[in-house]
Amino acid sequence: MTSGQTRQPAALLTVEHLTMRFGGLVAVDDISFTADDRRITAIIGPNGAGKTTVFNCLTGFYKPTVGRLTLQHPSQGPMLLEQMEGFRIPQRAGVARTFQNIRLFGAMSVLENLIVAQHNRLMRASWLSIGGLLGFSRYRRAEREAVDLARYWLDKVGLLERADWQASSLPYGDQRRLEIARAMCTRPVLLCLDEPAAGLNPRESAGLNTLLLSIRDDHQIGILLIEHDMSVVMQISEHIVVLDYGRKIAEGVPAAVRSDPAVIKAYLGEEEGEELPPEVAQDLAHDGTGGR
Amino acid sequence: MSTAAPIATAAPAPAKAPPPAVPPARHPLLAPLREAAVAALVALAVAVPLVGFETVQGASGLVLRTRWSWVAIAVVSVFIGRLLLALLRPVRRQPRARKDAGPAARAFRDAARWLGPIAILLALALPLLPFADRYILDVSILVLTYIMLGWGLNIVVGLAGLLDLGYVAFYAVGAYSYGLLALNFDLSFWMCLPLAGMFAATFGMLLGFPVLRLRGDYLAIVTLGFGEMIRVILINWYKLTNGPNGLSGIPRPSFFGLPFATTPAGGGETFSSFFGIAYSPLHRVIFLYYLILVLALLTNLFTLRIRKLPVGRAWEGLREDEIACRSLGINPTNTKLTAFAIGAMFAGFAGSFFATRQGFVSPESFSFIESAIILAIVVLGGMGSQVGVVVAAIVLIGGPELVRQLEDFRMLAFGGLMVLIMIWRPRGLLAFRDPTIRLGPRRTAAPTGEHRG
Repeated sequence: MTSGQTRQPAALLTVEHLTMRFGGLVAVDDISFTADDRRITAIIGPNGAGKTTVFNCLTGFYKPTVGRLTLQHPSQGPMLLEQMEGFRIPQRAGVARTFQNIRLFGAMSVLENLIVAQHNRLMRASWLSIGGLLGFSRYRRAEREAVDLARYWLDKVGLLERADWQASSLPYGDQRRLEIARAMCTRPVLLCLDEPAAGLNPRESAGLNTLLLSIRDDHQIGILLIEHDMSVVMQISEHIVVLDYGRKIAEGVPAAVRSDPAVIKAYLGEEEGEELPPEVAQDLAHDGTGGR
Repeated sequence: MSTAAPIATAAPAPAKAPPPAVPPARHPLLAPLREAAVAALVALAVAVPLVGFETVQGASGLVLRTRWSWVAIAVVSVFIGRLLLALLRPVRRQPRARKDAGPAARAFRDAARWLGPIAILLALALPLLPFADRYILDVSILVLTYIMLGWGLNIVVGLAGLLDLGYVAFYAVGAYSYGLLALNFDLSFWMCLPLAGMFAATFGMLLGFPVLRLRGDYLAIVTLGFGEMIRVILINWYKLTNGPNGLSGIPRPSFFGLPFATTPAGGGETFSSFFGIAYSPLHRVIFLYYLILVLALLTNLFTLRIRKLPVGRAWEGLREDEIACRSLGINPTNTKLTAFAIGAMFAGFAGSFFATRQGFVSPESFSFIESAIILAIVVLGGMGSQVGVVVAAIVLIGGPELVRQLEDFRMLAFGGLMVLIMIWRPRGLLAFRDPTIRLGPRRTAAPTGEHRG
């Protein structure tokens, strides 16, 4: 909350009426929220609440059934993510992501992972590799720059010593940090992290907090975060969106969300014993309010 | 091995003493014997129909003959082999508990640095060596052709991770492109070579567009189908390809315009008269040898270079994790297409060399077994390993030549060898990967594989 005194954080990502259906299953149901520039926004919710589905829609792995996803790119103006082809979202719009189950290039070295992340920049510099094939100096310079950026991020996540290791031979926590470094090497404007603290011990988790805050403050980008680990969520996020059964049930600053009865109910269940199965109760509630 | 182990351990001790208060002292030979007996039984079941019967041309048609002694030999040898394997297993267990880069492979990797140049020098000097007769050179040319094909396919399978079972289709396109261009338009080899490569690459793209959305097994099946399609088209498009009769009379290569002949056809100079040496039919073979050597080395050089370029790294990324590649803004379709097209291009080059060497091409030469052999070279060599391809090509192509006297059992030995390689080195002969870029110096660069978790 302390960041961005220089200019008021503006909406970086605006999600409007996002709905994703898989056949008859509504995984995400009419969700709207905004994620601000230079701020950490967290999406939380019980298992199966649709958090990762929201991410997959944002990063082009799913085409949303309904909804508009607008990214206010700082230099290139507004972009409609739902209309872009999957790989163009990181390429053009600058949305980078990590995965719940880590997806590194296992057989390649740590450094190579970070160089592959700079593919598009290097492709331009090497004229689709043809210039590089002929040994043009322009490509060599670009590659040096790429290595410099990689070295910066390796230093930042504490993997500089292990740069030449095979990625799959890293310990779990290192793999998580490497994936974040790799996403950052694409020079994103919005970083989407899918459960970055999963499987980390408390010390590593605290280190992650420092890293994310530094990414936000030093690199002035927005971070969107899915997380179960409340120590991460409550300490570093400025804005929290709570999902349950594909719907947004609460939104606000951490303190407000923590005391929201709907959130407590979603996480801990109702105080009195429920006679109705949750799906039925949900349907009834839906009918009662006439749909949200 | 792993299939047999549970049988041995799970097998209850023969019912001798009912109360198992003290575990029955099993004879140490019992489990191995039982295992060997099971293997011998399987061998018997296989050998009776395959080896036991033989049809012989008799006076009145085919006569069925039995060869029970052969069956007995097969069963006994399997029994003894299995028994020995089972007895030796405890001794062999320890060294097998290792990661993919074993000490032997690592030693080889270090050796590869100076082995590569030596191998190239040796290859360059081969035709000048005293024992290099026509036969040796012919076999070497064959091996080099497969090395080149293996290197080409290595781009598609080893680097980009796209399982292509129809690689020979591009080889065929190259060979026929060369044959047709040379026969119909009277173009020289050096004109046809790039054109044939371009045609093959175009075919690679045409095939790639629809099928590269598929992954893994599905891609393999479609490419298999495409390989067969090309062969069937070659057989049936009679007007263009002369059908199953093939194209004959394809011009033999000339030394940059100087034909290899005793007397010049049109009164010009020949290779031997130009250089003032006696004519020898070996000249052409030596020229062909150097031609394929240069083409193969070109393929290798290209691959080594492209691995260090964005496209090459993207290929490897795609092999490792396509979804991660997409999340980094890499266009998967284009990247795969380039791999497919470039792999096809090298097959096209090799194909036009094949056509000029044979002087004759027919659809027969491009059957599925060719694709399978090329793929076997890549897989046995170790996916993505350039040196591995060379070793595997020498073993798989040169090996059967060495054991020609085995006649009918040649393919059996071939199959057995492949099984042995897969048992001994399941990830290929030389399965290791050097990073394409390093931060630290080479030697101190550390463990790739040992420090897990």
